[in-house]
Amino acid sequence: MENQSFTLPKKLINVAIGMVIIGLISLAYGYFGGLGGERIAANLLMNNVYFLGIALIGLFFVAVHAIAESGWQVSVQRIGEAMSAFIPVAGVLMALLFILGGMHALYEWTHADHMDAILLKKAAYLNIPFFSIRFAVYFAGWIVLAHLIRKTSAKLDLNGEIFYFNRLRMLSALFIVFYAVTSVTSSWDWLMSIDAHWFSTLYGWYIFSGMLVSGVAVLIIILFILKRMGLMTHVNDEHVHDLGKYLFGFSIFWAYLWFSQYMLIWYANIPEETVYFYTRINQFGTIFYLNLVLNLVVPLLLLMTRNSKRMFLVLLPVAIVVFIGHWIDLYQIVMPGAVGEEAGIGLLEIGLTIGYAGLFLLVVFRSLSKHPLVPKNHPLYKESLEYHTNY
Amino acid sequence: MYVSPIREPLIKGNKDYSQVTKDILAPMAGTPSKYWYMGMTIAGAAALFGAWASFMTVFYGIGTWGTNKTIGWAWDITNFVWWVGIGHAGTFISAILLLFRQKWRTSINRSAEAMTLIAIACAGFFPLIHMGRLLLGFFIFPYPNTRALWVNFNSPLLWDVFAISTYFAVSLVFWYVGLIPDIGTVRDKAKDKIRKAIYGFLSFGWTGSAKHWSRHETISLILAGLAAPLVLSVHTIVSFDFATSVIPGWHTTIFPPYFVSGAIFSGFAMVLTLLIVTRKALHLEDYITVNHVESMNKIIILTGSIVGIAYLTEFFMAWYSGVEYETYAFFNRAFGPYAWAYWIMMTCNVITPQLFWFKKIRTNLVATFIISIFVNIGMWFERFVIVVTSLHRDYLPSSWTMYKPTIVEVGLYVGTLGLFFTLFLLFIRVFPVIAIAEIKSVLKSSGEHQKHADHE
Repeated sequence: MENQSFTLPKKLINVAIGMVIIGLISLAYGYFGGLGGERIAANLLMNNVYFLGIALIGLFFVAVHAIAESGWQVSVQRIGEAMSAFIPVAGVLMALLFILGGMHALYEWTHADHMDAILLKKAAYLNIPFFSIRFAVYFAGWIVLAHLIRKTSAKLDLNGEIFYFNRLRMLSALFIVFYAVTSVTSSWDWLMSIDAHWFSTLYGWYIFSGMLVSGVAVLIIILFILKRMGLMTHVNDEHVHDLGKYLFGFSIFWAYLWFSQYMLIWYANIPEETVYFYTRINQFGTIFYLNLVLNLVVPLLLLMTRNSKRMFLVLLPVAIVVFIGHWIDLYQIVMPGAVGEEAGIGLLEIGLTIGYAGLFLLVVFRSLSKHPLVPKNHPLYKESLEYHTNY
Repeated sequence: MYVSPIREPLIKGNKDYSQVTKDILAPMAGTPSKYWYMGMTIAGAAALFGAWASFMTVFYGIGTWGTNKTIGWAWDITNFVWWVGIGHAGTFISAILLLFRQKWRTSINRSAEAMTLIAIACAGFFPLIHMGRLLLGFFIFPYPNTRALWVNFNSPLLWDVFAISTYFAVSLVFWYVGLIPDIGTVRDKAKDKIRKAIYGFLSFGWTGSAKHWSRHETISLILAGLAAPLVLSVHTIVSFDFATSVIPGWHTTIFPPYFVSGAIFSGFAMVLTLLIVTRKALHLEDYITVNHVESMNKIIILTGSIVGIAYLTEFFMAWYSGVEYETYAFFNRAFGPYAWAYWIMMTCNVITPQLFWFKKIRTNLVATFIISIFVNIGMWFERFVIVVTSLHRDYLPSSWTMYKPTIVEVGLYVGTLGLFFTLFLLFIRVFPVIAIAEIKSVLKSSGEHQKHADHE
């Protein structure tokens, strides 16, 4: 089997650039159409966090399988590696957002004149210098580790030396540990602190599980695009099946964490905690329930059977629904606190997301075209070709 | 299915199918060794101590315990949660690792599942004894009794009844279904008539025909599918016992996944404690290899680290929330009169498992055994810390108090340990401790000899 290196097709570049232009136009519309700085900042934050999360899950996918020494994913691990190429881009965009006034628009705690007794208590954590330091540490760690992991994986592909296999595992372990901490704290920084008075210990894991599902969904979508381009011919129904199981299982896991957080707050009925769901149910009721339908009911019912996990005919629509569903989830996480009742899904929201998706595709496919798609010399590559799943 | 040569073999030595059967059935044959009798004597004595303590509790009442008005829950619930947690490893190994195609589970799943069932039985003892009237234990089931009184469906304690009894039932069926082909083997190898008749009865007429295997595989898979969510649900519900309340230190949303992780953590520690001894005593080193121990140690690092992050998250949020009571509850945990318990928990659960990052340590059986004991102790203290330190200083400083266990409570705990080891010792005499049929299914792809032959 050949390496399946490919050059980026012109059509794909054009489509992606077109999407980015749509995004820029929507942003301009938002700015000149008077939608308000808060809404624009909230949209930028939301999309940034969303696609950053997906990129990180790409890397997580590679790392977690490397340390688990699993074999099957070798066939698709290039996609995960390529997804992680978006991390630096997201870092730059996010830094720009925060520097160009996004912070004040989004976070109440950055306003020295709005501080109340509760926010003053949190000031040791929620203050601009410390926030910026954490921001820098997160991105520095993610970017460096992503770069090293991609580089090591490429070297491993040259001759399959066990030295690089072990180094890949070591780097992956480092990333997993670093990410285990930073995925939680970054979700507090960027998302939870929008509702600065509110708190929930489960929050970080809830955000992570949502990212995990959307990351797997995007991986499936990219795999589909590559297959349509006549590439990735070594990926068979078994691999698709395993990815389908991830989409199914992690969706349920996400719902489990959703329920755990919601149920405990509802049951204990402490006002300072229930306020979070109170605004979401009363002001964002449709979105609140739609979130559960798209992210739990749809994957649960449609992916339950074995066959549906093995067919792109079913799996792809579900992946797209779940991708939109977790965007909706993030919407109900960000908007009530950042924008309030003026929030809505209009041209700005849809257009900007298309723009981000275009940029993401551009970066990911450029990265994909740099390395052979088939990691032929990976020590576990043969395992990944010769296996079948009974369930 | 192809297995890469870089993977360690799962079965050591030059074994064929018949040798596998012989090796695994060997511990069941003949009379037990003197170590077995010694173990049985110690475990039996501990169980008797527990029987005495149960008698005292039932005869004199809960007054024989150290619990008081402020600390209404202490040792009993600590032990209950500890045992339920230990009961998580078996089904995790059998169901979740099956779904993740982890072949190394075949060497340990049987004994881990048996341990699960025994641990759940030990756990169930504590709520029953706390009710004081063992004969009325069935009151916990929802049915309209003579006064048309129903159980309280709003109570997480009732959900516990459903969660744990479901878990026990599914685990039992799963374990037994897995045993059937092996019981068939025991029956076929049995020499005397009585033994043959008993195992013949227990094997449900297993013949090993293609149809039997096909059904066996199907039912195993369905049960694995059912058991997988149960692994999460049981300790989730147990965590609800605490987290649905409004007691500082108990009410926190991270509890469900963190309890589940802690349960798997403690379960694997107990599996290691048991199997490191068992493999040696029963000469099963070729089947439960250092490779298996290393894999389990990796799960210990993972789940232990998740638990560690949860501790830190809770601590941080207690401060970040700005809620005075919450902050105090955690300050009191770490620096109050029960700080020693807190720091035992932190050391055993967060620090010691990190030693497994070193390959030398995680492949060393003595070190693993010692660390597994540390984890067992640490996880017991975790529950003690959550229960007792959160309760002992409540909202009203005049009712602040301390808790000290009485000899009766110690007896109940030691008694369940005795029961646990008694039943485990019986199990290794009565059933094959390793799933013979499942080992044979991976022998060709992962046996040491077969692997070498493949690549020559």
